[in-house]
Amino acid sequence: MTAIPIRDFLLLAPEIFLAVAGMAMLVAGSYGRDNGGNGHRGCSVCAVAALAMTGGLVFWLQGGREVPEVILSGMFVLDGYAFFWKILLLIAATLTIFLSERFVAEGGYRPGEYYALILFATTGMLLMVSGFNLLSIWISLELMALSSYILAGYFKHQLKSTEAALKYFVLGALSSGILLYGVSLLYGATGTLELAGLSDALSLAVAAGDGQVLVALGWLLLAMGLFFKVAVVPFHVWTPDVYVGAPTPITSFLAIASKAASFAVLVRIFYQGLAFLTPDWQWLTAALATITMIWGNLAALTQKNVKRMLAYSSIAHAGYVLIGVLTATEDGQWAVLFYLAAYTFITAGAFGTVVLLERRAYAGETYEDYAGLARRAPFLAASMMIFLLALTGIPPTGGFVGKIYLFAAAVEAGWVWVAVVGVLTSAISLYYYMGLIVQMYLKDAEDTTPEPLYAPGLLATVGLCAVITVLLGLLPGPLIELAKGSLLPLP
Amino acid sequence: MSIPVSVPIQWYFLLAGALFVIGALGALSRRNGITIFLSIELMLNSVNLLIVAYARVVGERTGDLLTALNGQILVLFVLAVAAAEAAVGLALFIAIFRGRRTIDVNRLNLMRW
Repeated sequence: MTAIPIRDFLLLAPEIFLAVAGMAMLVAGSYGRDNGGNGHRGCSVCAVAALAMTGGLVFWLQGGREVPEVILSGMFVLDGYAFFWKILLLIAATLTIFLSERFVAEGGYRPGEYYALILFATTGMLLMVSGFNLLSIWISLELMALSSYILAGYFKHQLKSTEAALKYFVLGALSSGILLYGVSLLYGATGTLELAGLSDALSLAVAAGDGQVLVALGWLLLAMGLFFKVAVVPFHVWTPDVYVGAPTPITSFLAIASKAASFAVLVRIFYQGLAFLTPDWQWLTAALATITMIWGNLAALTQKNVKRMLAYSSIAHAGYVLIGVLTATEDGQWAVLFYLAAYTFITAGAFGTVVLLERRAYAGETYEDYAGLARRAPFLAASMMIFLLALTGIPPTGGFVGKIYLFAAAVEAGWVWVAVVGVLTSAISLYYYMGLIVQMYLKDAEDTTPEPLYAPGLLATVGLCAVITVLLGLLPGPLIELAKGSLLPLP
Repeated sequence: MSIPVSVPIQWYFLLAGALFVIGALGALSRRNGITIFLSIELMLNSVNLLIVAYARVVGERTGDLLTALNGQILVLFVLAVAAAEAAVGLALFIAIFRGRRTIDVNRLNLMRW
């Protein structure tokens, strides 16, 4: 047995630092007496500082790598791919904390745990995208998931919030059990948990003859667990309820950070661990992407609640991203990276708008609450319109560019029918996104319509997201170059 | 690693598979929160059983102690995570019970499934 060099721990310093910062905040938070604005502000400033320092450490220790470096006896890998996701996830976590301004403080809950849990979940995500062994991937996935369950139920005196947390917990635990069962079958067939050697070991096991059932069952169950995490039909049942019931900043966190990290792991496992089975998972992914796009968009049509509509829209968007995953080409892969990066800003902005309209007892969620918003809050309405156009895929927004590249990659790789379904379902989605724009710009407000919350920081965050969404539509070049430089080797 | 496995690996496979299916069905069909939680624990433990059995087989097949250890270490981690999951799950049940005086999941219907 070889000793682990101390250098490996130093290279993992960003994640270790973030975990320690979360624990420190947990302890410090229990001493604070102020559950209102001041304690909250202090905690959020500390959390953002911790995330920024982690980002700096990631740049310093893990950035600029041409050749992947495997550390800690093959548990984690540092490569350009992981670097891209880590920066994106840190940005997503920071946006979540900005969105939490006022909202959580007004709920009257203690702030320390809230921010500590966001830091823990982010730690899990950072480790996840670096994971190079099914064991380390599963543990980091659980760290993310367990923190998310608690965050979803953070408003513990609101029945909806705890109900959402319980549904998330039960289905999440079920899916992680399924994922783990898949891992154990693959281990039985191949004797290895490392992604690097898994694909070759799989081909040996299948060639030997007796391992075929184990391999087939194993990778299917593993894929099911991963598809649950990214909320793909038919593993999406938890999504609408959890998105509606969870505190809105946390909904945004689940929709951007949790989803991006899960997609990063899904792509890494499919491309590196299951490379031998590429045609198999391509077909499975194509089938699920088609069902997901159709069902997600059709279900979103009938929604009256904006958070629920955004939940179904996030399911549909998982379907679009799967198009890029299934191509197994370089173009498809960087399109996935670009799309999820753009989606992070679009969705954070859209949920930020919901936060600004929300009051206690969950007002500001129905379509009617948005009536006449253009007159009452022109800036907010304009931002929301940009996000909705981007989600539909209308230029000049980042959503349009991302979708074009995803569909183009699918057509080039010969998956024309999937791209056609994508275009058609995007057309369907125009209807329900437009419904909200019509409410904001053409309907008049009634007296009962809630006024937007006055929170300058939150408004600035939403504005920033809107600006980035448009910038990504007009000047997608730099991000595309960045994504092209962060690819995994093809299966 | 020269001791032969007296019970064939297929038996472990079948037992673990049966436990896993019982757990999954229980988690999906039971109404009481605690029973659902126990079913999920059953699923995780069936995985543990399977991994330990496979670790033995894999170790014999490759003659490499380290590959066998990989599986056993995985089991230890699964146990630790299951304990963490229990803490979170039971805390959630308590929070729900305080609000509603029941943990019957069929009555958790503020939002449609």
